[in-house]
Amino acid sequence: MRSLCFYFQVHQPYRLRTYRFFDIGKRHFYYDEYNNRIAMQRVAERCYLPMNQLFMKKIEQLGSKMKFAISFSGTAIEQMEVYAPYALESFKKLVATGNVEVLAETYSHSVSSLMNKDAFKMEVAEHKRLMKEIFNVRTKTFHNTELIYSNEIGADVAEMGFDLMLTEGAKHVLGWKSPNYLYVNAINPKMKVMLRNWKMSDEIALKFGNEKFNVDDFVNWLNSIPKEEEIVNIFIDYETFGEGKDASTGIFDFMNYLPEAVLKNTDFQFVTPHHIADKLQPTGVFDAPIPLSCRDEERDLSTWMGNDMQDDALATLYGCFKKVKASKDEELMRDWRALQASENFAAMCTKYPNGTPYDYYINYMNILTDFINRI
Amino acid sequence: MRVLMFGWEFPPHITGGLGTACFGMTKGLAKNGVEVLFVVPKAHGDEDQTSVRLLNASDVTVDIDHETERSYWDRVQYMEIGSNIIPYVGPEQYEIMVEEQRRHATRGFRSSVFAPRYEFSGKYGANLMEEVARYALIGSSLATKYDFDVIHAHDWLTYSAGIAAKETTGKPLVVHMHATEFDRSGENINTDVYAIERCGMEAADIVITVSDWTRNIVIEKYGINPDKVITVHNAVEPSDKSLDEYERSGLKNKVVTFLGRITYQKGPEYFVEAAYKILQVDPSIHFVMAGTGDLLQKMIKRVAQLKIGANFHFTGFLKGNDVDQMFAMTDVFVMPSISEPFGIVPLEAMRLKVPVVISKQSGVSEVVEHALKVDFWDINGLADAIYGLCKYKAVSDVFRKEGKEEVDNLKWEYASKKIKNVYELAINKTR
Repeated sequence: MRSLCFYFQVHQPYRLRTYRFFDIGKRHFYYDEYNNRIAMQRVAERCYLPMNQLFMKKIEQLGSKMKFAISFSGTAIEQMEVYAPYALESFKKLVATGNVEVLAETYSHSVSSLMNKDAFKMEVAEHKRLMKEIFNVRTKTFHNTELIYSNEIGADVAEMGFDLMLTEGAKHVLGWKSPNYLYVNAINPKMKVMLRNWKMSDEIALKFGNEKFNVDDFVNWLNSIPKEEEIVNIFIDYETFGEGKDASTGIFDFMNYLPEAVLKNTDFQFVTPHHIADKLQPTGVFDAPIPLSCRDEERDLSTWMGNDMQDDALATLYGCFKKVKASKDEELMRDWRALQASENFAAMCTKYPNGTPYDYYINYMNILTDFINRI
Repeated sequence: MRVLMFGWEFPPHITGGLGTACFGMTKGLAKNGVEVLFVVPKAHGDEDQTSVRLLNASDVTVDIDHETERSYWDRVQYMEIGSNIIPYVGPEQYEIMVEEQRRHATRGFRSSVFAPRYEFSGKYGANLMEEVARYALIGSSLATKYDFDVIHAHDWLTYSAGIAAKETTGKPLVVHMHATEFDRSGENINTDVYAIERCGMEAADIVITVSDWTRNIVIEKYGINPDKVITVHNAVEPSDKSLDEYERSGLKNKVVTFLGRITYQKGPEYFVEAAYKILQVDPSIHFVMAGTGDLLQKMIKRVAQLKIGANFHFTGFLKGNDVDQMFAMTDVFVMPSISEPFGIVPLEAMRLKVPVVISKQSGVSEVVEHALKVDFWDINGLADAIYGLCKYKAVSDVFRKEGKEEVDNLKWEYASKKIKNVYELAINKTR
């Protein structure tokens, strides 16, 4: 039997409020509470609840044959606790079935892995602690924000005690090689690397509903994969179901019929990442000397860094890490985590249309100035 | 004496110094016994073609409550003309803005920090020159309906109206140069605008310039006969507001502020570069650039590139109370203008006891003593002056005290007296 591994990302950043120069030093609340609440309740209603329910039903029907993985960012969990506790309960039930592997990641969905090793470690440790507290699980498989990966990051993560990491099967790194195998890190061969099959993942996440695509197409595609290729990894944002793709596109029906169709008509079985990594033999080295990600056509870091505004904001933020850490102040730490969210830097990216990168930068730097003042 | 005045904005609806100047001037003239018929374009477009009404308290938010001053306002009539003319915008930019506005309107998206202040009715043409002509047409017909002794036109957009009024009524024309095309655009001037300015000054009986700096430009670059060019420096309304009414800065460190349109003329680049130099020496000082303009994005990029974003803040366009609030949080105010006909903002800062650094290429430097004056291009000098006022209390204390006193004596009442004299001169000339 070959392996089909689904993994879903559950993440919500804290949206920042309009923070003017006049607020600096006076008002230390940085968040757009209204929009954070609205966004969380909306995604809970449209995606988390119906999708969890669907998976619960599948697990009841198929038992141990239905397995997959979910990764929760810490800021998503925090906001669920406050704005949609019922959604968190539903996730807890899902994880309690034992058929779901909870993955490790950075607490705030940050790009700390690229900026500061200590800050990165802290992010990972805090996330690990939270997963233990909320779901009573010990995470063993790491995936970085937006699958950001390099040989060095892989080795750093190995140092933190993980032996499996998920990343993008980026064409420019893989070359002729297939993402459908297990690989190892180029620096530390004990670190196994599983790669996202971006072609099929994007097929579902981006194209579903726009082009004709159904469960049969998916099954046919699986069957067309050469027999020697042993594992297919489909990584998708959980929000795709119900938010990215509206229920009216039929995405829920698609996910409802998919498991049985795969089990009946293909030689694939559903697995969780860590379970399968223990069983499979790595076939080669995944060598990524330059960091990659799963974002945009370029699969690089240009979403978060590279322009002057992003670089200034990142350098300023991570420049105060030591002091924040030394402060041991819980309120400062909370803001520190929220300010790290990768979305803050993506919003300063000038390559997307309809963005307001300059406004965002100004607002973010005002907040950062106040934050630094408080340390 | 009665004057028909063509302006383009009036408080509280203002975009820059001209509106404030006209407000003070009108008030000063009223105090000197001159009646004013004030005509402004208004871009709402839904009112009558020529809505004529008496100015009352609901129209103006400033100072009007003073019992003693109310009587003066009876001498001022305020008229609005349906037109899209907007200040501080050249013909090319005007077209772009109208286009932008149209697109924004359909997208329904507004940037919160830098929402454009201008609103277009969309009813009129997208061509600024057409609007100028329109304004002139309405202006001249208006002139026939009222009785007055002299016509006073502010800046090029209204010159055509002034000339038309002079032609229809034969009354003397005074044009007021608040800024020249060279101030706005450097050497790459719009020749149509230049032509209108020149034509207005040629037709005028007397040209008032707001400074000797501007007077020189008018004589040298427009070839106007020096005998009919008279400088009347702007003034500033004394403020009874005190700093105590405002929030102080929440920052523990010094705040240095630039406030004005972020355009070529105002020299924002020199402010950014000076900030960078100062931060190399004292990384605790904060800089604020308040305002908006076509160089805003460039400035933000430069600040990011210099990696000083944590110490350099942008506020977007400020008006009314926010301006004074900004001054209340400011330790040093800087106006590094490349070419500033007058520059009233430093006076507003000094009025609230803020020490100022101004460029020598500004009209205001001709009238104030207690300000540090540097060449706009001298970034080191600028940095030096700012740093000195931040660091050496002895100097800044003197500037705070003496500066305020100095500004309190620059009253519109006195400046308007001179303008009244100009009117008399013009009337005598045409007799």
